[in-house]
Amino acid sequence: MTALIIRGGHLVDPAAGIDALKDILLKEGRVAEIAAPGKLKSANGTQVLDATGLTVAPGLIDMHVHLREPGQTHKETIATGTAAAAAGGFTAVAAMPNTRPPNDSPEATRWMQAADRNASVRVFPIAAATRGLKGETINDYAALKSAGAVAVSDDGLPILKESVMREALTAAARAGLAVIQHAEDTRLTQIPGMTAAMNAGPVAFKLGLRGWPNEAESSIVERDIRLVTSLREARPHLHVAHISTAAALNAVRQARRSGLRVTCEVTPHHFLLTDEHVGLYDTHAKVCPPLRSAADREALIEAILDGVVDAIATDHAPHAVHEKEVEFDLAPNGIIGLETALGLSLRWLHREWKMPLGRVLSLLSAQPAALLNLKGRGTLAVGSFADLVVFDPKAEWTYRAHEGKSKSHNSPFDGWTMQGKVRWTISEGRIAYDAESAG
Amino acid sequence: MTPTATPTRRQLHLPPVPASPFPYHRGSLLSIQDLTLEDLSHLLARATALENQDPLPRARTLAHRRIALLFYESSTRTRTSFELAAKSLGADTALVSNLSSSIEKGESLKDTGLTLRALGAEAIILRHNCSGAPWLLEAATRLPVLNAGDGMHAHPTQALLDLRTILAHFDPATKTFHLEYDKNSVILSDRSAAQGVEGPASLSSSPAPVIDQLTPETLSGVTVAIVGDILHSRVARSNMLLLPRLGARVLLCGPPQLLPELAAAAGPGISIERNLEAALGQSQAVMMLRIQAERLAGLQLELEEYKAAYQLTGQRLAAYAPSALVLHPGPIIRGLEITAGVADGPQSLILEQVRHGVAIRMAVLERALTASSENSTGTLPATAGNGGRA
Repeated sequence: MTALIIRGGHLVDPAAGIDALKDILLKEGRVAEIAAPGKLKSANGTQVLDATGLTVAPGLIDMHVHLREPGQTHKETIATGTAAAAAGGFTAVAAMPNTRPPNDSPEATRWMQAADRNASVRVFPIAAATRGLKGETINDYAALKSAGAVAVSDDGLPILKESVMREALTAAARAGLAVIQHAEDTRLTQIPGMTAAMNAGPVAFKLGLRGWPNEAESSIVERDIRLVTSLREARPHLHVAHISTAAALNAVRQARRSGLRVTCEVTPHHFLLTDEHVGLYDTHAKVCPPLRSAADREALIEAILDGVVDAIATDHAPHAVHEKEVEFDLAPNGIIGLETALGLSLRWLHREWKMPLGRVLSLLSAQPAALLNLKGRGTLAVGSFADLVVFDPKAEWTYRAHEGKSKSHNSPFDGWTMQGKVRWTISEGRIAYDAESAG
Repeated sequence: MTPTATPTRRQLHLPPVPASPFPYHRGSLLSIQDLTLEDLSHLLARATALENQDPLPRARTLAHRRIALLFYESSTRTRTSFELAAKSLGADTALVSNLSSSIEKGESLKDTGLTLRALGAEAIILRHNCSGAPWLLEAATRLPVLNAGDGMHAHPTQALLDLRTILAHFDPATKTFHLEYDKNSVILSDRSAAQGVEGPASLSSSPAPVIDQLTPETLSGVTVAIVGDILHSRVARSNMLLLPRLGARVLLCGPPQLLPELAAAAGPGISIERNLEAALGQSQAVMMLRIQAERLAGLQLELEEYKAAYQLTGQRLAAYAPSALVLHPGPIIRGLEITAGVADGPQSLILEQVRHGVAIRMAVLERALTASSENSTGTLPATAGNGGRA
């Protein structure tokens, strides 16, 4: 593998405490040297990238994506999903197990990481917490971990039974993995014949749609925190996926104050949009958990700014055009997000709401790396993996969903102004995305 | 820092909610909110004009224009009255129902709509069990789409015919109601009749006095109670969003399972009164609703308790609202939300509502097929109506 020097860029690595103009040498897939501008000697054959005026940061890490392979490759494949990730500045994605069949075995976990999948960036499988995602029998977490799983989850569905969740937390703690809970009391949201289609509230009433109450999320989070409390000797790690309500955030905040290992992630669509964005039945705004009220959105933003939120994750959930072009009640839940997360975070969290750049980037790299125990990622300290994103922090651009790398286009952000344009994404020393050669 | 009412720590600039692109076609009637007061006045006037017009010239209004009726739910009144209205205007109609078409084989709403358009349909009347379906159909076909009821959401032509029924018994001068259907007292004017165009009537023989233009005060001081299964009712939603725009107060009445508190937040002029007798005592018109068993799903409802609290009985009516208009969009379930005696009694306008439905739907169909295609916020073209045809 050839060596690579990135010259003249502004290096922002919150984990290593670097925020300065630096040149950086990448060798054999690792960060080899960081030096003051002009101090690195380029040996013969070293490729040089001129990053003058650009920001160089640790590659972004999305701890929550759906790559749809195996089983639903008309929506996305590992190859197209990771190409979208690279275009969005991500060098690692954690893939949820609700594929068909679900990833609930070491074989499936290894299959997802095989070279034949033609991934552009690293894929870290999250294995099913229970066999077949049925919420009944927990899997062998140690075996899944040694096959490469970085966490366990039944995402898309909750682990509803208290006894099973207790077992999952206990076993995952022993294996050193987080249990990622999709907090949804489906007894409140998926009553046969009246499945909730959007956030419960005045907007749902006016649109004549069945509502998904906040309590369906917060009650599960509160119950899980009680379990974590009762298991505190074992130090289980509960991670709440795509948290969306003020009540659930409060529960997480309190759990953390009492020293429990309870973490959470927020998606860009939940911190930017509300149930009003459903408009007149826009299925691109149909997602689970649903877009919430303005008050909940405000609570999410406050929690991000205050540091209660541990990571920004996209919940990238591709669906084909024909699947979304149906009656709102019949449309599947989900929004794609890999190609908009950075542009939206910089535009809103950083520029509008004045969150320091390093903190925004940390939510998108160092912090998810820590949550999933991804060693040597989320930082550019010498010796780390050469996972980088190089972007123009000032550039504004308009997102066009159909021009993206994802196989699907189901985004409510089509036509939105983004800030920060990815120039290169480098995955373990290899250029995974180059804006100038991107077709 | 001065303390403020809401302890917001940060003033955040937030992403705006984009403006709606709907309706794409200005002939569409998707929801009652799409109509300005001027549009409403015009439609009511056209309903009267068309109703009073001689059937032969009237049948030239939309002669051989093609209208599709696309029905995903059963219907008696709405379907038949749309069909009769279309035929009265001379249009050709085709009925497609989900039970006897390729919809059963899995054809999507979009493809069904595009197929109807390819067959020459110039407008589609849609009844659908999913809220919002007409918006999808309009976006896909860009044809005028008339919402004939979508899920729990909206039923704009029902709200229009309910309004026409109420106005037909209303004296704008005294702001009082009378139970007789008095041709000469109140119904919106037939403008063309007023201008001397002859129009033998089906219901009346002389043009009525004029409410020329609906205003935000037309029904001020009037209270209309809507009683029963509000949660599942598209009729309730369309009416509660229409009547307050004319100054009426809407009282919603029903048990919490069928009437959530947040219903009062749907718009201005809406409040909740859980006690039927108290609601009747304040109302000049009362709209009863059927319990929609097909949408109740897991909801448990004790019918005997419901009847005890919310059934409109002759006794209740006599005691609390002896002169109120009684409306019901149908189908009525005798002995459940309403007794047979009330349904057949002198205060009941249930069958009159059905008659108004034909007139209203003629006006809505005429608008659909004579409006120019582009969406515009302006008023209807001056030629809307039977321009040159009658």
